[in-house]
Amino acid sequence: MRLISEKKPAFPWFGMDIGGTLVKLVYFEPVDITAEEEQEEVENLKSIRRYLTSNVAYGKTGVRDVHLELRNLTMCGRTGNLHFIRFPTQAMPRFIQMGRDKNFSSLHTTLCATGGGAYKFENDFRTMADLELLKLDELDCLIRGLLFVDRVSFNGHPECYYFQNPSDTQSCVKKPCTLDNPFPMLLVNIGSGVSILAVYSENNYKRVTGTSLGGGTFLGLCCLLTGCETFEEALEMASKGDSTNVDKLVKDIYGGDYERFGLQGSAVASSFGHMMSKEKRDSISKEDLARATLVTITNNIGSIARMCAVNEKIERVVFVGNFLRINTVSTKLLAYAMDFWSKGQLRALFLEHEGYFGAVGALMELLKTTEDP
Amino acid sequence: MAECVRLDSSTSSHTMDKSITLPPDEIFRNLENAKRFAIDIGGSLTKLAYYSTVQHKVAKVRSFDHNTKEAASDKLYEISVQEEVTARLHFIKFENAYIETCLDFIKDHLVNTDTKVIKATGGGAHKFKELIERKLGLNVDKEDEMTCLIKGCNFVLKNIPHEAFVYAKHADSEFRFQTTYPEIFPYLLVNIGSGVSIVKVESEDKFERIGGSSIGGGTFWGLGALLTKTKRFDELLQLASRGQHTNVDMLVKDIYGGSYGSLGLTGDLIASSFGKSATADKEFSKEDMAKSLLHMISNDIGQLACLYAKLHNLSRVYFGGFFIRGHPVTMHTITYSINFFTKGEVQALFLRHEGYLGAIGAFLKGAEEDNPNQYSWGENYAGSSGLMSVSPDMNPMQRARSGTFDMLEMDRLERQLVNLPLLQDASSYIPDTVDLTEDALAREYWLYCFEDALDGVVKRAVASQPDMPEAAERAEKFRHKYRHKLQTLRHQPFAYGSLTVRSLLDTREHCLNEFNFPDPYSKIKQRENDGALKYYQKAVKSLDELSWEERQFALVRGVLAGNVFDWGAKAVSDVLESDPEFGFEQAKRQLEERPWLIDSYDQWFERLKGPPHKCALFFVDNSGVDIILGVMPFVRELLSRGTEVVLASNSGPALNDVTNGELQILTERIAAMDSVIQAGLREDRLTLVQSGSSSPCLDLSRLDKVLANVVRERKTDLVIIEGMGRAIHTNYYAMLSCESLKMAVIKNSWLADRLGGKLFSVVFKYEVPPGKPSQNSVAGMPS
Repeated sequence: MRLISEKKPAFPWFGMDIGGTLVKLVYFEPVDITAEEEQEEVENLKSIRRYLTSNVAYGKTGVRDVHLELRNLTMCGRTGNLHFIRFPTQAMPRFIQMGRDKNFSSLHTTLCATGGGAYKFENDFRTMADLELLKLDELDCLIRGLLFVDRVSFNGHPECYYFQNPSDTQSCVKKPCTLDNPFPMLLVNIGSGVSILAVYSENNYKRVTGTSLGGGTFLGLCCLLTGCETFEEALEMASKGDSTNVDKLVKDIYGGDYERFGLQGSAVASSFGHMMSKEKRDSISKEDLARATLVTITNNIGSIARMCAVNEKIERVVFVGNFLRINTVSTKLLAYAMDFWSKGQLRALFLEHEGYFGAVGALMELLKTTEDP
Repeated sequence: MAECVRLDSSTSSHTMDKSITLPPDEIFRNLENAKRFAIDIGGSLTKLAYYSTVQHKVAKVRSFDHNTKEAASDKLYEISVQEEVTARLHFIKFENAYIETCLDFIKDHLVNTDTKVIKATGGGAHKFKELIERKLGLNVDKEDEMTCLIKGCNFVLKNIPHEAFVYAKHADSEFRFQTTYPEIFPYLLVNIGSGVSIVKVESEDKFERIGGSSIGGGTFWGLGALLTKTKRFDELLQLASRGQHTNVDMLVKDIYGGSYGSLGLTGDLIASSFGKSATADKEFSKEDMAKSLLHMISNDIGQLACLYAKLHNLSRVYFGGFFIRGHPVTMHTITYSINFFTKGEVQALFLRHEGYLGAIGAFLKGAEEDNPNQYSWGENYAGSSGLMSVSPDMNPMQRARSGTFDMLEMDRLERQLVNLPLLQDASSYIPDTVDLTEDALAREYWLYCFEDALDGVVKRAVASQPDMPEAAERAEKFRHKYRHKLQTLRHQPFAYGSLTVRSLLDTREHCLNEFNFPDPYSKIKQRENDGALKYYQKAVKSLDELSWEERQFALVRGVLAGNVFDWGAKAVSDVLESDPEFGFEQAKRQLEERPWLIDSYDQWFERLKGPPHKCALFFVDNSGVDIILGVMPFVRELLSRGTEVVLASNSGPALNDVTNGELQILTERIAAMDSVIQAGLREDRLTLVQSGSSSPCLDLSRLDKVLANVVRERKTDLVIIEGMGRAIHTNYYAMLSCESLKMAVIKNSWLADRLGGKLFSVVFKYEVPPGKPSQNSVAGMPS
């Protein structure tokens, strides 16, 4: 028995993805701990486990997405629950501080980290907490993590979903689906910015392009325009607003459809176009502004993604990233945009664990490479 | 009332604008003859187009009837100034705030009552429909915006050389103008108005909107106004040009601490626009936010344009719309974005008259029965404002009053202009030898030179109309206008495309014409033609006495010596004015001795020993000694050799260059004294054609179609270009597909210096195109 356990990495098992706005942390909580193990387990490790699993919020800004927890998962021969935790990248110094206070370095674990922050904070981890990061490429991790979660399924349910009847708000419904034969797929990762990848197999992919108009832009603009402070607040406002008070539609310019080019009157001609007029600026609400910002960013991502799909000749477009968290306005809009502009040729797919695949991929790297000392 | 640019507040806001005083007669010109109105109303600017007929004076020459006794005058021919009617297109651009004032002005001055309809396009057309119909009493007939835009774009690309340019902010000259492609299709037009439309144009009538985006100029303006509380679009751009986007945007290095090496993303790349502003505890400056917004929108549009260009395999992408409209800031960011996303494979192209495309197109739709596309049109430099004339970025002080009015005038040319069929490669032909937009030293010199010569030109203009008392006043207006143009060009050398000696000369001719000085040199030319003709027979006789070898050289020297007589060149006009007796023989002595600065006389001489050319096309230069004593004997010799000759001269006057009208008379007179010339005319071996130009220089890509046909029919195998304007300022490097001879005397010490010679240095450049061995291997002396 010892032989097997020796090949496994030491607990705790973490995977971390340090993005521009959010840090995504996945934590594997073993539930098959033997009495012998329990005895050997250092107090430190126990306290970490207890702290993470008995709370749903950490400090002021850390959150555990309980609804995403993957239960009774087998990883690397161990059974346990996978927890999904996030906190703002701004809190990173405090997180590192905590690592030092809890004497994390004594645990002899390898901290696998991906995302830009793995590079940016590497030195801080080393000097402040005596921790050595194993830095991993974020796109490698993203794809690996995504394929893994899809494979193990979401506690028995499919990880993947799409919208049926995306063009009709009344009958538009979320439908689960499986991602069998996922390749080739166009993977659109919407974090602070956006990366678009053409994925041909687990190890064969290319970054087609990206755009700086992403989740960070939505939140950044919303903060400036409405004075809100959090993504949740911004989305809450957006859900109540009406973007047509802010955007200029085709019909606002042409009085109806622009038939010569087959543009519907209800299509947005100019995002924020009404805001050129002072009267209109004075008459709109913060909610309207938040909604318009959301719609603008979302439509733009949809548009670029669609062009990439056509250029790369890929019909399956998978949207991931934390921008889509609790953001049904955007997911439905993307589904609609893909369907409408491609005349049904393209289908937008979404995944339940939106922004966590990079962290999961990082964890998998730990389980693949680390050896028990 | 800076806020009056809004569309939707039209009724409330422009009543106050009546207080703005316009100098409208300088703006809405020729309204009394105006017809076929078209209007393009955008979000902030209105563009009005109309067609007028311009009555202007032209100098005509008419041979006296020498059989009748009344021809008592000893003058060779009669010069008369006649009224001629030509067609002109007027395009005027002004802020929407002035629309009511402008409509009132037009109504008050419109004489032509045949006009019933005004073609309208642009997003604002339907909002102002009622106002226009009420004010002008015309029916507004709406035309599709995009169709107008494309029609206008095709029109300017075809008719205006140097219409398109590449923008390079940090280069010596920001604007690099493109030579006109003989084939303008296919291309992609990215129109950035409130939103973005991406249109693929395949032919005159075939185009398709292949895509677009709602993130456009309206987004910049609207979002910018919200973020910065700055109302005007231009002010937003000015804010942006002072800002630092890195304070607001999240860069790759903000996330990675450096670059993202494995993907080749540099640290300075924007990872997330406005990514740093997602915080409540920081203030951001207006400038920084505006800059970030500008980058965000420009990059986004550039990216989409590239995706569409790639999908449709197009490399020529023109950008337009109010977002671009001459704003260096946006042209720079769009260019940057295109370079980034295509790694240089696609160039972002901009258009000088981009703001007028819709109005031009709407006008063309309305003028279809006049077939405007059947003609060639030329930009009138005198009546056109030029690029950046009202750009706030270039000249913030000019925004007041008339500075906000921008004009484009195009004259209908009386003929279709085409390429000389003998150009080796029409698509790479550039007429001008030196691009003064790029060569600052040369620019300075020539601008000074033209300014310095202005007094003389004014004096001569007045002198050419002795019986018109108001001539002096008009001449002063001319002086004012041309000096203003020179000043504009000093600051904005790119105003009318690449600045060249040719464009400076042409601008002067346009300005002279504008003030009804159609031909200031007419009297001088007449006198000189008269004088030279008297000497013709003697000159020919002395040539005939020479041996064949001696004669060939003397003929060339004659052409060169004749070319010294040039009022267009400052060094010479000084001499000519001080010493009117300056003679032909004196000129010969003035010439540089061989070896000349450029000297391929030996090769030419060897060639002459071979078989005669089939047909020579001779672009002639000056009146008087030049044409009569220099060129005609040379022509005579060619005819005697059995070579047909086509004499190409200017259609309209320019300096003392001989015009086609004058040359007709001169040739008849010479024919009366010279049997060789007479036989040539009779047997149709000597032909006179118009070049289609009224310039002292020569653009071989814009020649009269008739000339091109003659050249083709006669199987022309020799092109002779004479004079500094045609063979040095232009065409010095022109590559022809047949033998060519370029002859000129350098009558400008600065230019001589530049070319490594001195005043009166000779350029004699005989060229045989590669792959066509000259035929001098055929031995034998002509009889």
